[in-house]
Amino acid sequence: MSEQRNVWVFVEQTDGQPADVSLELLAKAQELARPLGGQVWALLCGRDVGALAQALIPYGADRVLLADDADLDVYRTQPYARVVADQARAHKPYIFLFGATPVGRDLAPRVASALRAGLTADCTDLQIGDYTARSDKQLYQDLLYQIRPAFGGNVMATIVNPRGHPQMATVREGVMRRREPDLARQGVVEAVPVAFDACDLALQVLSRETRRSTVDLKAAPVVVSGGAGLGGKEEFELIRELAHLLGGEVGASRAAVDAGYIGREHQVGQTGLTVRPRLYIAAGISGAVQHRAGMDQSNKIIAINTDPNAPIFQVAHYKIVGDAAEVLPLLIQALRDKAK
Amino acid sequence: MSSSKTYHSIVLVKQVPDTRQVTGEAMTADGTLNRGLLPAIFNPEDLSALEMALEVRDQHGGQVTVVTMGPPQAAAVLREALYRGADRVILLTDRKFAGADTLATSYTLQKAVEKLAPYDFVFCGRQAIDGDTAQVGPQVAEKLGLPQITYAEAIVRLEGGEVVVQRAFDQGTELVKCPLPCLLTVVGSARPARPPSVRRRLEHKYAATPLEYPARLKSSPEFETEAALDAYLAARGLRIPVWTAADLDVDHGRLGFAGSPTQVHKINYVVLEARESKTISPTPDGLRALVEELVKEYIAP
Repeated sequence: MSEQRNVWVFVEQTDGQPADVSLELLAKAQELARPLGGQVWALLCGRDVGALAQALIPYGADRVLLADDADLDVYRTQPYARVVADQARAHKPYIFLFGATPVGRDLAPRVASALRAGLTADCTDLQIGDYTARSDKQLYQDLLYQIRPAFGGNVMATIVNPRGHPQMATVREGVMRRREPDLARQGVVEAVPVAFDACDLALQVLSRETRRSTVDLKAAPVVVSGGAGLGGKEEFELIRELAHLLGGEVGASRAAVDAGYIGREHQVGQTGLTVRPRLYIAAGISGAVQHRAGMDQSNKIIAINTDPNAPIFQVAHYKIVGDAAEVLPLLIQALRDKAK
Repeated sequence: MSSSKTYHSIVLVKQVPDTRQVTGEAMTADGTLNRGLLPAIFNPEDLSALEMALEVRDQHGGQVTVVTMGPPQAAAVLREALYRGADRVILLTDRKFAGADTLATSYTLQKAVEKLAPYDFVFCGRQAIDGDTAQVGPQVAEKLGLPQITYAEAIVRLEGGEVVVQRAFDQGTELVKCPLPCLLTVVGSARPARPPSVRRRLEHKYAATPLEYPARLKSSPEFETEAALDAYLAARGLRIPVWTAADLDVDHGRLGFAGSPTQVHKINYVVLEARESKTISPTPDGLRALVEELVKEYIAP
């Protein structure tokens, strides 16, 4: 078996449709595989998903391992983990990426435990680089840098797994960018045999209800986000009003979501969504690195905060030092006047 | 026909710094957090996990054992668990456990759970508010060979050796049926934890691990020796057992830092280049000028 350093992506699918994050990771995997001289392999599990397997090649897969079986119809931890871990043991990927979705967060740690591999959750960037271990001064080349904001203020951590491959990471939707499919790409779909025992199939899914999200922050040209600095649920209405006026969507910091001002589907940040709108307005948001990771690539950023030293001002194109609850009504009025 | 089966639930909990209360005072000059200045609390989703276990016991009978892996001061969350109704609590503490990533942590917890067998449920919170990985639960389940149910919001039915659980995540809900034993990771939207009971707080406030005896003797001079204090507490079920690496059947190479495949390569303090920016006055005139500019540059409609 060659010592090829391949980058794997677990491709999540529902009813034969791939998750956006999986396609984003295939694009990123191609970038990572280049300096490694390796291939990108996609691992796809499901029932009657052969067509999707083929469709992954234009998105960046050199090889698609396809586990197609009635028992893989809907996601369940044990049968999926069984297939994924078995394939990883057989083919020894160098890097293995999962979307940080409810499925990914259920599956990736179970697989990492089975493989005794290191896993880093919610990475905001992935790169290839070298590492010298502090303990024995050994040099490891071409490791996966798993980069993410760390707990504790303005801190980004770079994590590596020098031993214990594959090097595993989960990444949230929208953090990486997907590529347009290249229909000229060549690749191979390889069907893999699956065999389960009664233990693997012990859990049954009795019913499932997916909530059609009414919020599409990723596609919004304008996002108006509120933070805990607004002070209350009532003040948060100003955010909705402004978003509506600008034809945009409502976002929120984690603090605002935790405080109950608005639902988690509006959360922007490392553990929420990553957005890149034409205009991002941050009102009453301090701008810790975890939030900035989700919006700092916005085209133009306006920040409103009472604290002139708030970290959000470091990424803002327009700074307004003031109380968002007072500034927002003025901004709304100015927009209304302009529209007349 | 109701089953006469009772259930042993093991709840894995963690003491964490209260990351929801980060204020300027807790930050150092270079923008990092002094964890020591944050209040230490019972990880919120672990409280939900404990509540679910207590409800199983209240409705069906059985026992609730709470385990925490942490430094000696983590005994505080075990006392919290006793005040809320836990039957038995255990502290896992050892220098050898320190520096563990989720893999090494889940290995240590696996060994502790195995020592507490037989059991029907392992409950834990979905994730801790300091690490935010949500990895320990599934990794403990894998090591124990248990089915796992993550994002567990409610136990809908429990009969004999089978449980039906409602799962809830942002994109929807799911109902699953699973044989016991199994592991559940519980989300914050589950039924809120019962408050500590006054009676149980009074009964258990002196509960302590032997590691806390030196400090206790200072504040309770009526006990002349640790042995006397120990005898007193043990007789009243108030001695909290401590398990170290020596008490578990472990491979030391898989503990702590040595057993952690993930390592921190570097920490960067994020120093952003000052972006070219305009300061806007928070006045009607200032904001009118801003709107003019935004509209002119096609930024705002």
